[in-house]
Amino acid sequence: MFSLNSIAAFVDAWLNSTFSPATALAFQFIIIGLLAISLFAVLGLVLVLMERKVSAYMQIRLGPNRVGPKGSLQTVADTLKLVSKEGLTPAGADKFLFNLAPFIVMIAAMMLLAPIAFARDFQLWDINIGVLYITSVSSMAVIGILIAGWSSNNKYSLLGAMRSGAQIVSYELSAGLSVITIVLLAGSLSISEIIHSQADGWWIFKGHIPALISFVIFIIAVTAETNRAPFDLAEAESELTAGFHTEYSGMKFALFFLAEYINIFIVCAIGSILFLGGWMPFHIGNWAAFNHIMDYIPSSLWFFGKTFFLIFVIMWFRWTFPRLRIDQLLNLEWKYLLPIGMINLLLAAAVAIGGWHF
Amino acid sequence: MTLTVFYLLSALSVFSGLMVVLSRKAVHSVLYLVFCFFTIAGHYLMLNAQFLAAVHVIVYAGAIMVLFLFVIMMLNLNLAAEAQKTPWIKISAVILSGLMLLVLVASVKGAEELSAAQPQNDIGLVKNIGNILFDKYLLPFELISLLLLSAMVGAVLMGRKEPQPQNE
Repeated sequence: MFSLNSIAAFVDAWLNSTFSPATALAFQFIIIGLLAISLFAVLGLVLVLMERKVSAYMQIRLGPNRVGPKGSLQTVADTLKLVSKEGLTPAGADKFLFNLAPFIVMIAAMMLLAPIAFARDFQLWDINIGVLYITSVSSMAVIGILIAGWSSNNKYSLLGAMRSGAQIVSYELSAGLSVITIVLLAGSLSISEIIHSQADGWWIFKGHIPALISFVIFIIAVTAETNRAPFDLAEAESELTAGFHTEYSGMKFALFFLAEYINIFIVCAIGSILFLGGWMPFHIGNWAAFNHIMDYIPSSLWFFGKTFFLIFVIMWFRWTFPRLRIDQLLNLEWKYLLPIGMINLLLAAAVAIGGWHF
Repeated sequence: MTLTVFYLLSALSVFSGLMVVLSRKAVHSVLYLVFCFFTIAGHYLMLNAQFLAAVHVIVYAGAIMVLFLFVIMMLNLNLAAEAQKTPWIKISAVILSGLMLLVLVASVKGAEELSAAQPQNDIGLVKNIGNILFDKYLLPFELISLLLLSAMVGAVLMGRKEPQPQNE
């Protein structure tokens, strides 16, 4: 049966039998790097196309339909256009920081891939504080955004970066609280243990009300954290031209654009791991036959299916809700989501101590 | 191998620490400070304290430094607008930092036996840190949380809008 784990084990065995352990490790690092970069490229192409097609469908349009069959090569053409453009650096900009910022944002997004389990036993680094690692690395991206906004030496960029920073720092709290709710229920910080604790049912089903509430808070908070509409004040085009990346062009702009979509993928992957069981197949109680059929679907398909479902939900938000004002946005976080999240955490603690989940 | 990494990390943290003081632009100083915090998180990782490393990055590099950046970017400090300092301020700053150095040296001096000890394998696990915090150091922990709470209340009080006098 198709399984990413067996392929990885085969490659590992072959490398170790052919080369010395140190060389094999070096080759594995190179392979992982190449795989991560190609995953990013493919995800960027697929997600941008998906966004355009979903938005077209919701607005009863056709969407891109000229390049390739049904417009499927449109994003490839767009990328080629961006690559061939000149990457300008404004004269008044802080040159080093201006050129550094896109890379910080991309590196933060890349480092987030490490603890994510893409399939059964297919994980780069099973660190014992996986969830905290994700929170800490994702807080790096905001520094990149702030640097981009400040070093552009442009008032729109600075304002966009400020808004983005305020938004990310405040919504990180809610996202963190809802993640902690699941950590409480699962009793572990490690990603693989959280997934294994969902073998008999995903947390969103067996965690009762606390898990449901924290799922809703998580989705809202990560939509805000990735600067997506209805929380895309940081790049509100009618007010700030393009926010913190106003001055960027060519490939440097493309890196920001790519990082935005990669971040959407990663937060949705984390959401599916925490609440929807990651690569765990869907099981219903003791329906042995049904469960057996579900087990036949490869675990990587389960993971990507759940992740893309969550991505679809977030895209759905974008084309459904109007943009919030900055005061409404901060009110929503500090006066509603954060108190609800804290009370919910207490509820979850009661459920976890009482053992009331299934 | 471990020793090489240690020396590399230490050199980086000392270098970035110096650059915090020596850079001319305030924003560069803050960014060097962020980098310094990352290297210190690397030291935590080498001592097998992954939890502390992650929390260090979340709290310092992720939250506090972002607020620093915020304030400094808002003020838009540059060379021309640097405040003129009187000699008295400079002298008192030197005395204060000298006293701080004294305290730091005194605290590091007693830590010789710590450097020789091998890091235990499980010292950085969340469970052990939780047990120590909520058992041995429960009182200081609660006092610190009270202190933070009062600071937060004070900040909210200061940031609150004054009630407007009602005029007809």
